[in-house]
Amino acid sequence: MLLAAGPAIGPATAQQKTIKIGFVSTFSGPTAVIGNDMRNSFELALDHMGRKMGGIPVEVIYEDDGLKPDVGKQKTEKLIESDKVDFIAGYIWSNVMLASLKPIVDSKTFLVIANAGPSQIAGELCSPTVFSTSWQNDQTPQAMGTYMNSKGVKSVYLIGPNYAAGKDMLAGVASTFKGKVIGQDLTTWPSQLDFSAELAKAKASGAEAVFVFYPGAAGVQFLNQYAAAGLKGKIPLYTAFTIDELSLPLQKENALGVPGAQEWVNDLPNEQNKKFVADYRKKYTGLRPTFYGAQSYDAAQLINSAVVATKGNLSDKVAVQKAMEKADFKSVRGNFKFGNNHVPIQNFYLQDVVKDADGQLSLKTVATIVKDDQDRFHDKCPMK
Amino acid sequence: MTLFFEQCLNGLQFGLLLFLLAAGLTLVFGIMDLVNLAHGSLYMVGAYFAATFAAWTGSFVFGAVLALCATLVVGMAVEVIVMRRLYGRDHLDHVLGTFGLILFFDEAVRLIWGPAGLSLPLPSWLAGSVQILPGFQYSSYRLAIIVVTLSVAAFLYVLVMRTRIGMLIRAGASNREMVGALGVNIKLLYTLVFGLGAALAGLAGLMQAPILTVQIGMGENILILAFVVTVIGGIGSIRGALVAALLVGILDTLGRAFFPDILRTMLSPTAASALAPALSSMLIYLLMAIVLVIKPEGLFSAGNK
Repeated sequence: MLLAAGPAIGPATAQQKTIKIGFVSTFSGPTAVIGNDMRNSFELALDHMGRKMGGIPVEVIYEDDGLKPDVGKQKTEKLIESDKVDFIAGYIWSNVMLASLKPIVDSKTFLVIANAGPSQIAGELCSPTVFSTSWQNDQTPQAMGTYMNSKGVKSVYLIGPNYAAGKDMLAGVASTFKGKVIGQDLTTWPSQLDFSAELAKAKASGAEAVFVFYPGAAGVQFLNQYAAAGLKGKIPLYTAFTIDELSLPLQKENALGVPGAQEWVNDLPNEQNKKFVADYRKKYTGLRPTFYGAQSYDAAQLINSAVVATKGNLSDKVAVQKAMEKADFKSVRGNFKFGNNHVPIQNFYLQDVVKDADGQLSLKTVATIVKDDQDRFHDKCPMK
Repeated sequence: MTLFFEQCLNGLQFGLLLFLLAAGLTLVFGIMDLVNLAHGSLYMVGAYFAATFAAWTGSFVFGAVLALCATLVVGMAVEVIVMRRLYGRDHLDHVLGTFGLILFFDEAVRLIWGPAGLSLPLPSWLAGSVQILPGFQYSSYRLAIIVVTLSVAAFLYVLVMRTRIGMLIRAGASNREMVGALGVNIKLLYTLVFGLGAALAGLAGLMQAPILTVQIGMGENILILAFVVTVIGGIGSIRGALVAALLVGILDTLGRAFFPDILRTMLSPTAASALAPALSSMLIYLLMAIVLVIKPEGLFSAGNK
């Protein structure tokens, strides 16, 4: 048996036998629905590739970070040290990403971040082997700030969770908003879900508008409490990452007419996106893809483009990096370029909640807020 | 001034909700000497039942009443099936056993209702806000929570201080062995008390459900606060639980509301906004530490051991 198996392994290991990808996301707890959507989309992308990249079979190992930075780091180390993966992808949360970054960079494993966008990784912590198919955290709220300027908003109150991304988001909107930031609140994350104290302060501050960032289930609670406090319709609400296809069925009418900024919306009119959305809804009946999923789908495509370009020779790290830098694939958001820090230079759209043809609430692209936007930390990245 | 008043109302509402949870916890702890970590699971079960029954019946109030009865039944079943095996054992066994129950309930809920969570929409007559004072609007649902919990507190007061069952409960809290020795059916009393505690937790869960989403593990964060309240109030004392819950609720809310602004007058804005959330969530634990230093048995200790 051993003798028979010996020669079969020999020639296969000389090349690449399988492409091993580790995928870290949240698959337990209240935000498991987000991880689930990312996994669904990643699997769909693999289906579209025939589950092979450059003719080599793909193996994906999914790991659950439980929304905890220490667990995320532990799972990342396991993927690198014992599974010896070629690529790592995923990561919803900026604090989990920051905690897991060091082992990835130290081992020179290629990383494709499918959501988290902490300012540090776009700036001083950027690395040749680290890529993003999402954005830098500040970019989306920056777009929202620009949109609020165009609506003539003079003053705003900012509310968000107290962790890496929450701080980036509030700083991002404040950086482009030309009016006055009257006050801001950072709440305990992820445990605080009752926002009565913050809403009362926002109301009393006399701000013309409120900007909020609450991803996942917290976004549902925030919008429902905003309505219950009698603020909906009185003080206009502007959002980033608070309303998506997962939270909308729970937010219902409370999300109607609340604008948000996003780099991907389900109705973007390019062919790849139409295929992604249609096949997703066909494969996972009753579900709709979110931007988390779209970014994960692109992460799979980015990895595929590099494997194909290097003909599966992943030992040449420089060649793989050069191939990835080209972003040579059809993104579901429309094609984009990478900046020097490997963060996409891309458009941001205004999305609104509307009732679609069958009376269901859905997200719709209204306008392009900014074109070819590059994050404001790329100067701090030593890579040129 | 209106802001301060509104924050006090928010604190009162939160405190009263904590009271519902802590009352059940303190009764079970005080009378049965049982550490019940799964109390938060009953809170979650109450919320899930309410969301399901409200969707079936189409009525919020009807769904809530059904959910309350269902949680009472679940609580009594848990007592008969699991808890009876834990009495008289070490506290470590209680912790292990009831921690197992948390995992059981989380998984059971995932199997029955799925991982995504539910929402419990408010009826239109509760969804808006009402004018309490001229120019001062307050969420009518939060006001309703205050009214309901105050009536429950009054009901508990009458039950514990004025009825025969209440007398047994009080007697059980101060000297368990003697109550049993006097020929009281202690088994039945335990089942009733545990069921009552479960129903109170379920009520807290279902009332919190429209404000928060109904999701797996929703009881775990608030359980820690409920334990803090129990410890501050004195184990086994309903009155202590009420006073401590109000203290914790108001301190927590006012801390979150005003602490950042106070810090900002002393520190740079970035340092203040980074520090304030962490410090204001420490306030209640600070309160607990101070109370424990001055009165190690809690504010109103039931037992005279």
